[in-house]
This record gives sequence, structure tokens and C-alpha cells, in this order.
Amino acid sequence: MLTLTCPYCGNAAEETELAPGGEAHLKRFGPGSSDEQFEDYLFARKNPKGVHFERWRHAYGCGKWFLAARDTVTLEVFGTYKAQTPNPTPEIVAAVQAKRPNWTPDWTSTPATTTSAESLTE
Amino acid sequence: MSDNGPFRLSRGGRLIDRAYQLPFRFDGRQMRGVQGDTIASALLANGQLMMGRSFKYHRPRGPVASGAEEPNALLGLGQGGRFEPNQRATTTPLVGGMVTTSQNCWPSLNFDIGAVNNKLYRFLPAGFYYKTFIHPRPAWKHLFEPIIRRSAGLGKAPTEGDLDTYEQAYGHADLVVVGGGIAGLTAALEAGRTGKTVTLLEQTPQFGGRTPTDHADGQARIDALLAELHALPNVTLRRNTMATGLYDHGYLIAREALADHDPNAGIPRQRLWRIRAGHVVVASGALERPLSFAGNDVPGVILASAVRDFVDLYGVAPGRNLVVVTNNDDAYRTALTALDAGLAVAAVIDARPTAQGALPEAVRARGVRVLTGSAVAGIKGGQAVEGVKLCAHSGSGDVTEVIAADCVAMSGGWSPVVHLWSHCGGKLSWSEDRAMFYPDLARPPTGADGAAMATPLGAAAGDLTVAEVTGAVAEQPLLPVWVMPVNATRKMKFKMWLDFQNDVKVSDVELAAQEGYQSVEHTKRYTTLGMATDQGKVSNINGLAVLSKALNQPIPATGTTTFRPPYTPLTLGTIGAEARGELFQPLRKTDIHGWHESNGAFFEPVGHWRRPYCYPKAGESHHDAVAREIRAVRASVGTLDASTLGKIIVKGPDAGKFLDMMYTGLMSTLPVGKCRYGLICNENGFLVDDGVAARLSEDTWLVHTTTGGADRMHAHMEDWLQCEWWDWKVYTANVTEQWSQVAVVGPKARVLLERLGGTIDLSAEALPFMGWAEGEIAGIPARIFRISFSGELSFEVAVPAKRGREFWEKLHEAGRDLGITPYGTEAMHIMRAEKGFIMIGDETDGTVIPQDLGMSWAISKKKPDYIGKRAQERSFMSSPERWKLVGLESVDGRVLPDGVYAVAEGSNANGQRNTQGRVTSTYMSPTLNRPIAMGLVLHGPNRMGEVLEFPVQGAETYKARIVDPVFYDKEGSRANG
Amino acid sequence: MAEALAKITELKDLGMVQIRADLVRAGDAIAAATGLAMPAANATVTDGARTLCWMSPDELLLVLPKAEAREATQALADALSTEHALVLDVSDMRAAFAIEGARAAQALAKLCPADIAAMPADGIRRTRAAQVACGIWRRGEGFVLIGFRSVGDYIGGLLRGAARPGTELDPR
Repeated sequence: MLTLTCPYCGNAAEETELAPGGEAHLKRFGPGSSDEQFEDYLFARKNPKGVHFERWRHAYGCGKWFLAARDTVTLEVFGTYKAQTPNPTPEIVAAVQAKRPNWTPDWTSTPATTTSAESLTE
Repeated sequence: MSDNGPFRLSRGGRLIDRAYQLPFRFDGRQMRGVQGDTIASALLANGQLMMGRSFKYHRPRGPVASGAEEPNALLGLGQGGRFEPNQRATTTPLVGGMVTTSQNCWPSLNFDIGAVNNKLYRFLPAGFYYKTFIHPRPAWKHLFEPIIRRSAGLGKAPTEGDLDTYEQAYGHADLVVVGGGIAGLTAALEAGRTGKTVTLLEQTPQFGGRTPTDHADGQARIDALLAELHALPNVTLRRNTMATGLYDHGYLIAREALADHDPNAGIPRQRLWRIRAGHVVVASGALERPLSFAGNDVPGVILASAVRDFVDLYGVAPGRNLVVVTNNDDAYRTALTALDAGLAVAAVIDARPTAQGALPEAVRARGVRVLTGSAVAGIKGGQAVEGVKLCAHSGSGDVTEVIAADCVAMSGGWSPVVHLWSHCGGKLSWSEDRAMFYPDLARPPTGADGAAMATPLGAAAGDLTVAEVTGAVAEQPLLPVWVMPVNATRKMKFKMWLDFQNDVKVSDVELAAQEGYQSVEHTKRYTTLGMATDQGKVSNINGLAVLSKALNQPIPATGTTTFRPPYTPLTLGTIGAEARGELFQPLRKTDIHGWHESNGAFFEPVGHWRRPYCYPKAGESHHDAVAREIRAVRASVGTLDASTLGKIIVKGPDAGKFLDMMYTGLMSTLPVGKCRYGLICNENGFLVDDGVAARLSEDTWLVHTTTGGADRMHAHMEDWLQCEWWDWKVYTANVTEQWSQVAVVGPKARVLLERLGGTIDLSAEALPFMGWAEGEIAGIPARIFRISFSGELSFEVAVPAKRGREFWEKLHEAGRDLGITPYGTEAMHIMRAEKGFIMIGDETDGTVIPQDLGMSWAISKKKPDYIGKRAQERSFMSSPERWKLVGLESVDGRVLPDGVYAVAEGSNANGQRNTQGRVTSTYMSPTLNRPIAMGLVLHGPNRMGEVLEFPVQGAETYKARIVDPVFYDKEGSRANG
Repeated sequence: MAEALAKITELKDLGMVQIRADLVRAGDAIAAATGLAMPAANATVTDGARTLCWMSPDELLLVLPKAEAREATQALADALSTEHALVLDVSDMRAAFAIEGARAAQALAKLCPADIAAMPADGIRRTRAAQVACGIWRRGEGFVLIGFRSVGDYIGGLLRGAARPGTELDPR
């Protein structure tokens, strides 16, 4: 059973205090998107063997959704980070690559800069 | 012969106190043990060597081990609500007055009908069950199954509820050490000195492991370690605590026995520990392996270490005249222990060509025959050992001599206990010299940080001998012996047991290999090797060595079966812990719950809530009560406890924009002071919740959800706010529990509420339908919503939750002359169905969109987006072939069964009738005095008046006419009062 | 007869005010309105009968005598009227229990996966007690545990069971 540290309250919470939320960093496609885009968004999941980014909610704690970078095979946790980012942060990428040198990001855009909500959660 | 039993030695027994005698019963016979005994040692002291029968052949069985690995000595313990089957006699401390019974035998332990299976062993080989499943089939059904069902099985399941209680506890430690032997104690001390928090778990009642028995200064060394450990406040030593499993991220489960030994202690019997360990030291020791020789299952053939334990720990002689059979030096300790206790040792039979180590020499010096290069060809005796047939180990079993003996102490070497190491992914290596699997330090189980989360130590790491831990006498290497003698005949292999409990023999594993089984996991299932309640602790290594030989491959190529928790069986009660009876699951109660109880409510579960289904009067059926409640509401006034409805506050400059995304309809345009009904879909377009939202102020809405939807919808909102629109300024709060809500419903509702007095104008002008107002009523702060789920004039009154009952009672006081009637969920359901209102979970099932329910009116055409909008644009969502909501009117006056399907012409590819609709809600309407129903039907709204057929097995086909779903008050005038 | 691990008392007169706001921006206003300093993350600040609890990065809970809740709610709402903030009187929403005694932490260790014993003197932790959500902070020699009102009976039963005499977690 996993233990993950919530990046909002800083508490290490065990899995029973958390609610899982599936793959992280999905880009929402709404009205106006193509069938293919919408299908990808709603149904296509990476389900990788190895490095994975996923959503968790500190449901029995501070109530915040956060993201975790984890190895789906060994359950090694590379880091947890706040949900208000479209892609894993440079720190998380570095933490993953420190342990998995052969892993490379599969996204191209750079993470957005600090958002307005960020200040609420510092 | 002492008065503590005929086989109790006059001295020795470091764990027992002869002065405290404990009477107990075994199969109805009165026996006596002493304080410190296990049940096994007490039975042995009384000369009761035979303790059970094996699973398949019902062979007589005595203990083969002295600890947790024991496969044979399983007993039923206790009586009635404290009866428990399959308890290990070797690990269960004896308690005065205990009632124990043998298992798997009928009519008695000594004479057992099932033992006839024993004569049939040639016809019940490996895979017997599977083979008879296949051919001949009738033989299985009529011949084998009835016989096997009668004779199979070990203990009997208890028939009464468990009288004991259990609890659990969470633990946290930098280091958890599993095993309180010398390795574990040493590790705990080292870590403890550094200031780490250390928890050490020892499964038996005493610390020390094998060291006190096997080492001259053993007890002194253990005592010295314990003295130092007890002085460290950061070290916790727990006895009677068995580590059952090690899981991800250092999560370790253990079982502490609290009152196993004293059922009258008035405390929980066992405690389940859930420990988060920074690191785990696996110092769980090693288990001795039996030797596979013909007759190795006869009672009295016992592991050498167990013989030593019985003599040294309990002062009990498993026999008076021993033969030791071994392939290693360690077993010579048993000869020395036996001699020291005054027992005779007829010979040591050693498979090795020579035995020149210190231990063999010490045994020779005591005048004992040491027969090297020798083996056991067979055991003389059936229910007990009478003699040992000697042969050369290198041969095929020609008997050279029969040595008289009443006990055989056997040792095939030792296997590290690698269970915890392996549970979470630690890998093993094979040691050729030591003939054992041991933890591969290069491939440990890893934790959250990717580093090893466990370290093996001592015997569990493969450092088997006491010498390696304590630096005492050196031992000579063992000779791997998997079958004894080397060239044993097929006939001998039929009598060489691997799995004593499940009756798996060398011949069975060889047969499996011959029949093509190569995977050890498949062979395990096919032969049932290692599937007994000891989970192969005694049998596995010998079994896979035999399999490897038969497959002509090295042992590591065969590998081991998977080690899975629990290490030893856990009682289900322990896993359930406190979650029994009242605490089985949290029951959510409204503030008014107590009133419902004292007014005879019949409750139904709604999620974790208990809601009144109806309030039957004395002698009244539920059906009649529901009908009475509905008539009372429609005629005068009734009250429903609606406190369970979800209530979520949504506030902020972007709250309107946000709610427009949550709902299919527009909420941003709702005027302050008004309510609006809305639908919430998921991103897949399907309807997941509905309810009424009220605008409290310019930037604040109160969202009502269904009872089951409160937490789910709040989480749904937070998900979108936190993860998608994190720059929108919106706060939500789930205030479901802050309010008690009472629906006051019926033509007399306003009259009644006005009687309570207060600051809120309840007139139709001041508080119209779908309006809300705030103020005080009956001296209680309140919000009142003019919303109706019944079609009647209806006020939903929300008061601070803890004043709910007060308000409810004031209502009932004031409404007595109006015939005020409390009504339950069933009346609510029927009244909404009479009005054609949908119910989430009845009309919806996760595949229904609002458009299916004729609710396009609740979907904004103006909005560019809402959750579910894109999904609803998919072609199959707008397909005219989707089933749509209609009313269904029974043709013959019978109430349609819930969920039945309407059939169409033809059949599908599977030969089933095609369907064209199904019933989603169906009731007998007390208002209309006829059955009503709703359903989803192909092209339904275009087929008004058509009659559908609903075939039901075992009944005349139901028929119903498609009608408008609004059965009552189509104009909706009643809600206006 | 052995003693109970802790004395369990239901606290029926607690009022509670939920505050959601940008705690950095609104901190001074909140401190002024509540009369308490702003708590650090995972901490409480107590003065007399009032405790201000940190619940999440944008949420506080003011715990005070129930009779003061309405007024405090209004004062906070006024103080935060120019902020994007949410202030609610939630005094009826929860059940609260005092767990007092030398082994109070042991009773909680039977119910909560979080390491309550390791919590500092001004600490607060939201976790679960068996099957329900709860919040726990230290008060004097013991703890206050809050959970939802509807499961108050369940929580009371859990706590009394966990504190049962003779069930100390001390090694035996």
C-alpha cells in the first residue's frame, strides 16, 4: 500500500487516506473538437510499464488533488507535485531522470508559469 | 515416570513449570499438562503421539515439527462460540481447562473409515481430481464426488458466531525487526543504540529463537541482549506477534495474540498491527527440512530440531529410544540433547560418506553408533515407529539391518525463512553448497525511494548455523539429500512423503513431471504440493528438488512457488478487527433519526444513511403503510426527513460561470431568491445527478444534490476547480451535515407552517413556487424552499442540523388536528413516479443521457460548453434509435415487475429474443388506485398507445400500454397550493 | 480492573466557523476578526476558548463556544467582504470528542493511519478514524477529534472501544 506525500499540506498519507484519479495531464477537449481528439481525451490512456504521472486526491486530509510521478512496476515514487500545471515540472522531470536516465518526456510544450491559484497554495 | 504424564522427563524443560498443572481434554479424555506447555508438548507428555489424520489418505499423523511450520498437529480448539478449527498444537500455548479435538477422522482418531483411501493410493495419484473431472464424467458426479466430499476437509467450520473480540492498531517505526532470535535481538540493539525507533516482533511467547537450545551459553547471551534492549526507550519488543506479510512501501502486517491464552481476560483476543516501517530486518530464522525416505510420515518420525525442542524446552520425550537420520552436523545436537536427558540413541544414520566434525565426534564419544554413508530404507510400524530399516545411501534400498527405535529424528538441512523478503518482490539465489534458497541481496524488495526496504539477517539470510552468529563450533558441510537412498525404488517412492498434510509423495511429483508438468506453479496445483495450511513450509524445497531431478534440470531453473501472505493463517475476526456489530460500518443518522426509531420507522439503507422507508402502525403491512402515507400527503399534510439531501455552497466571482459548466442548464441567470432544477452529467455525457440549486446572493449558490450524490458531486466540483479551471475564483463547501431539512408537503402544508410563527412570509405571493426565503420559524433560524418532488404544495425547510428534531416535533405537535403524517422514502418514490419525475439510479444507470429522458428542456442551447456537452454531440448520442422515457400502463391491472424487458420481433446472434425497452420504475399508485410504471422504450414517445409485451419466466406475459409518464395532475396545479 | 486508555467525552457545545480564503492575502484580516494569530500549516493557535485550526492551504476552521459562532461568522464575513472568501457557520456539522488520559494517543493509534503520537503540541492532522474522516488536534494532555455529525454514534463507539480497559498498546 502506497504512501504519498501531499504537496499541499506536506503530510505523508497512506493510500487509504487518498482517492485515485487516473492519468494526469490530460488535456480537455470540449465542443468543437474532433471525434479523434475527444476519444483520445476521454478514453485513450498510456498505461505505461514504468514511469507514470497520475492524479491523487488527499481525500481524508486537506482535500487537494495532487499529482505523483511513480514507477508502475517498482512503485518507486519520484516525487509529488501540485495539480496546477499542464505538464510535469522541471524538478519532477529531473527527479525521474536521476533514477531513470533512459526515460524522456513524451510532451513537447514547456510547463506553464505560475498560475493565479498557485499563490493560494503556497 | 512423573505425574505430569508418562513421557514427561523428570528434569529439563526451560519453558515449563512443573509445579503448575493444567488439566485439559483431548477427544473427551482428561489429560494434564503444565504451565509453559504447548498443546503438542502436553499431548506428547501424555503419550498421545497421534494427533490427527492426513487430508487425502487419512494416514495417522503425529507432530513433525515444533513450531509454525507444523503440517500435521492441527486440532479443533474450544467449544461453541469459541470453537476454532485447524489450530496448530505446536504453537498454541496450553491453557487450563482447554477442550481440544482431533480432526479429519471418523468415527475416531484410532479407527478411521476414511483411511480406506490409504489402500487406494495407487488409484488416487497426483491430478486425480482433475482427471476425474474430465473422464469419465458420470463417475465424478455419482461415484467420486460424494465419497470425497464426505471424507475430505480438515477441521469443521464453527457453527456459532465468534464470542471473542478483536482490534487493530497502526504502528510506525524507523526499523522493524522480524524475529526475536539472536540475529534479530542483535540488530535491534545496534539500531536502538543509534536512537532509531525500533520495533521487534517475535511470533512465539519467548525471545531467543534456537540459540538457548542449540548453544551452550545461548540463554545467557540472549538474557544479556534483552537486558540492554529493555534499557532503550526507543526499542519496543513484542512477543506473541507474528509478522504475516510485508507489502508495498514498508507496510507490514502483524498479528499480536493478546488473550489467546485466556479467553476470560475480557480484552480482545488478537490485535492486527498495521506498521509503517522505514526499513525491515528479516531475521525470521530457518526451517528444518524433512528427509524423503520411505515411511517418513509414520508418527514418531520428527524433525531433529523438533525433538530437541520437545526435550529441551518442554521436558518431554517424543520417544525413549531414538534414531537420528541426517545429512548434516546440526542433527547431532539432537543426539546430544537426548543423551543429556537420559534417553537412548540407538544410532545416527548419516548419508554423508564421512562425518568428522566436532558434533559427530562428540556423539561418537558418548558411545553412539554413527553410521555414515547410510540411509533409511523404511520404517517398521504403522501408527508408531517400531524400528528403522537401514540401507546404504548410495544403493537402492537393500535392508542391511533393522534398528529398534520408537522415534526417528530426521534432518535434511535447513531452509531460510524468506517469506517476508519475497512477499514484496525480493528475489532468491540458490546455494549449491548449502542446498538452499537464500535472499539475493542484489535484488531486494524496494520501497518508495527505490532502495531496498528489507535486509535479511542471520539464518533467514542463509547464515544458518549458530556458529555464524555467535562464533561457536564450526560445522561440516551437508550433503544435499532429496531422496533417500539415492536409487530408491518406485515402490519406496510411493511411501516418501513430501507434503504430510495433503499426502503428496515423491511419486506424485515424479508422475506430474512425467505427464508433462514443467512449471513449479503448475505442479503445485496439479499435485496440491504445498497447498496445505502450512503453505509448503515443510515440503516445498524437497518437492521442487524432486521435480528438478525428474525434469533433469538444476534446482534454480525450476525456481520456487510464490510466497504469499499470511505467513501463518489469520483468523478472519482479526482482519475485521473492530468492524463488527454496531461498528461494522458507519451508519449515518440524521438529527431526527431517534424520532423515526421511536415512531416505528422501518429503515432502508441509502448509502451509509438509514432512512425511514415507511412508518407502519401496529399490524399494518409496509405496503398499506406506504399507501396510507401517500393518501395523507395528497389529502392533507405529511413530512419527510430530507436531511440526507446533499447541500453544497458554491461561492465566488466565477461561481455562476462554474455552475454553468457543471449543469446542463443555465444557473448563472438564476435570480437571487429563486430556485432552479438542474441536471449534472459526467464528461461522457451521462446523467449522474440532479437537484435544485438556489441562488443565495449575487455570488453564492446553494446546490442540492441527491442523497447518494453529495460527496461525489462535491468531489466532482473540486476536481474541476482544482485541476482544470484553477484560476477561476470559486470556493465550494459541502454543508450537507450542517442542515436538517424537512419537506412539509400537502395541501395543508402552508396552514401548518404558518401556525409555527416566525419571520418568513409563506404566502404564495411572497414565496412563490421555486422561490426561497430566509428567516426564523418556530424560533429556529431557517431557509424555506418552495420546491416539490411530489407534485403537492411543498415547503422544504432547512434548519441548523442539531435543531432538526426540535423543528420536526414542533411540526407534529402543531399539525395533529390536520392528521400530519410522517412519510418515508417509498411514499416519496411513488409520489414522484405518479408525477413522472425521474429518479437518479432508477431512470438512470450510467448509460442514460438527459435527452433519453425527454429532458432536453433542461439543457441550455445557448451555452458553448458544459461537462458532457461534447460527449452528447457524438453521433450515437443523438441517434433516434436510443430508448426514450415513457409511461407504461399495465393492461391487466398487474404491477409490472421492476427491470423487465419488452421483447421485439426476432432474435439476436446469441439466439435471445430481441428487446425494445425496459421498465425503470414501477409501483401500485395509491392515489390513482392502479399500477403505474416508467420505462425506456425504442422510439417510445412516438408510439403512444402501443402495447408492449414483457415476458417473465414462470408467469403470464405482462402487457403494458405506452402512455405519457405524467400520471397525476398533468397541469401541475397542485404544487401551487 | 484495569483503567481505560483514555476518557472519552463528547463535546456538545463547540461552535465552528469554516473560512476559505487566500490565507496569505487575508491573513491579517482573519487574525484581527478572530482575535487569534494565523496558524502555520498543520498547526492550531489557541487562546482561551478559541482555537484556529489550519485545515488546508486555503481553509481554516475557527472552533469556539457555540454561543459565539453566529457573531464570529458575521465578523469574519465583514472582515473578508472585499476578498474572494467563504465564511460559514458550520457549528451543527460535526461531532466532537475529547480524548484525555495518559494513553489517549494509543486509543487513536487503533483508529488512525496517521502517526498521531508524533504530532507536535500545536499540531492538527486530518485523517480517518476507521471508516470515517476526522480531524485531530492536541488539547492539554489529550486530543480533540472531530468528525461528521451523522456518524457521531459510530465515532463514539470506535473511541470507547479503542480505549477499553486492558488494551494498552504497551508491549506485554
